[in-house]
Amino acid sequence: MSSATHWTPKPPRPAPVHTVGVRGWIRTNLFATPSDTLLTLVAMAVLYLTIDTLVHWAYIDATFSGANRDACLKAVQGACWPFVDAKLGQFIYGRYPELERWRVDLVFASGVIGLIPLLIPAAPFKRANVIYLLGFFPVFAFIMLTGGRFGLEPVETTDWGGLLVTLVVAITGIVASLPLGILLALGRRSQMPIVRSLCIGFIEIFRGVPLITVLFMASVMLPLFLPDGVNFDKLMRCLIGVALFSSAYMAEVVRGGLQAIPKGQYEAAAALGLGYWKSMRLIILPQALKLVIPGIVNTFIGLFKDTTLVLIVGLFDLLGIVQFHFTDASWATPETHITGYAFAAFVFWVFCFAMSRYSIFMENRLSTERD
Amino acid sequence: MSDPIIEIKQMNKWFGNFHVLRDINLTVEQGEKTVICGPSGSGKSTLIRCINRLEQHQEGSIRVEGVVLDDSSKGLEEIRSNVGMVFQQFNLFPHLTVLENCVLAPIWVSKMAKAEAEELARKYLERVRIPDQADKYPGQLSGGQQQRVAIARTLCMNPRVVLFDEPTSALDPEMIKEVLDVMVELAHDGMTMLCVTHEMGFARKVADRVIFMDEGEIVEENNPQDFFSNPQNDRTKLFLSQVLQH
Repeated sequence: MSSATHWTPKPPRPAPVHTVGVRGWIRTNLFATPSDTLLTLVAMAVLYLTIDTLVHWAYIDATFSGANRDACLKAVQGACWPFVDAKLGQFIYGRYPELERWRVDLVFASGVIGLIPLLIPAAPFKRANVIYLLGFFPVFAFIMLTGGRFGLEPVETTDWGGLLVTLVVAITGIVASLPLGILLALGRRSQMPIVRSLCIGFIEIFRGVPLITVLFMASVMLPLFLPDGVNFDKLMRCLIGVALFSSAYMAEVVRGGLQAIPKGQYEAAAALGLGYWKSMRLIILPQALKLVIPGIVNTFIGLFKDTTLVLIVGLFDLLGIVQFHFTDASWATPETHITGYAFAAFVFWVFCFAMSRYSIFMENRLSTERD
Repeated sequence: MSDPIIEIKQMNKWFGNFHVLRDINLTVEQGEKTVICGPSGSGKSTLIRCINRLEQHQEGSIRVEGVVLDDSSKGLEEIRSNVGMVFQQFNLFPHLTVLENCVLAPIWVSKMAKAEAEELARKYLERVRIPDQADKYPGQLSGGQQQRVAIARTLCMNPRVVLFDEPTSALDPEMIKEVLDVMVELAHDGMTMLCVTHEMGFARKVADRVIFMDEGEIVEENNPQDFFSNPQNDRTKLFLSQVLQH
């Protein structure tokens, strides 16, 4: 044998030109094979037809201004946007007295001011921000919206409506269901048989009945069990019903995350001397919740859309109030319904899509996998 | 002589009906390095997992620094914080950086100030030779580096004894040495160690005593020299002939 030779790795070469860049992307993603090409062409045709119809209805043939139905009665009919414009106040505030609507605006604004910096990871003062949003804001919102204190005119919750009700129900449900759901999930995995049975019972009962039933029970049957004279607000009862219902779903989502955490994590936490609550809070839950962000947001989105069911107990959420205004004879046109529904759908979609995008952003940000 | 750190008397354990540990008697003195070896399924991991009560024994007694391990969870967290453990699968917390992994228990269990805990953590990361990885996540490190972080994490609690549960079994051959080197250094610094391992070279180099287990029993124990050159029991001889052949 001769003496050892020195080994040098080969230098890297650039990738073949047809696999990278715009050309490479189009080639590999759209026209890789004859059947791919066919599918691409069909999909483009379908897209063209859909978008063309939509643009005609919503923009080209649509009516944008007018004081009543006459403006929308044309030969070629598109969306009747003046209907939405005229009713926008109703859609947002419901029957909230017009002179008091600034209070709702103020609550919306102070909520947004608290929420936006919280959602931006780089923004400072997170602790103060959370205290503001979870401590100060709910009290402030309650006082401002219900009134009756500090010289504010009282406004009955039966007069609330539209987007206001949708947001109050959805946000309360979201904020309450996550911690409740976590506790229920931990309870369901507990070693203590009574705690476990109670949690399983709660989850299975609330998950096993439709939300409409829960709302109906909360608003119609609950008062029957309460003593005479004791009565609390219908909206409040709905809020509790929605929170309990969605916490049962949340519990199962969180339990899925807890089960995905390897046993070694529990053992490592225990071996370091961390007790149950500390290891849950510091080790298990941060990992479990991160894993189930898609499921959590799924539940949030479902909850947001389920708020439309409060109509069943006589509360007018956004969709309810839009439908209610279809009966207005001065706006009766063939396109009123579809315009109203399109508007409601768009508003719901904006909120749900925002939640969806934010969850994807958070998933990426929290990822600690090898890049 | 001071009290033994670990004192196990007539300890028995069952998994359901399976008698996994049988009449175990074992005493570990301060500063002693004990290596436990044996075929898989012999109960060696279960034995050391009983010492910080990740597994519960049913008969006999285990004392750690004089405190009896039993069902009362009072004091268990205290014992666990004094008994370090290094796992086969590292079990680092993947959502925390290396430094955060190390300071977690000092801050939350020992109530140490954050700055002090970080200083301590950096000292131990230095000692396991990965000071420059402090801000990375475990998923970005190699297996050998992860295991060294796990050792540093354990040392940060300033444990009286460290239990090693097959610390090199999940590692690529090229990384075993870097972990063993750290363990040898730790042994030379006087740490009390109880290691379940198949690394016979390590046992020869640092152990004060080697224990051979099979079928849930301690079959033989001796100092490493006699253990390897002059095993008494046939079962030990068979085992050694199989692990030392290559």
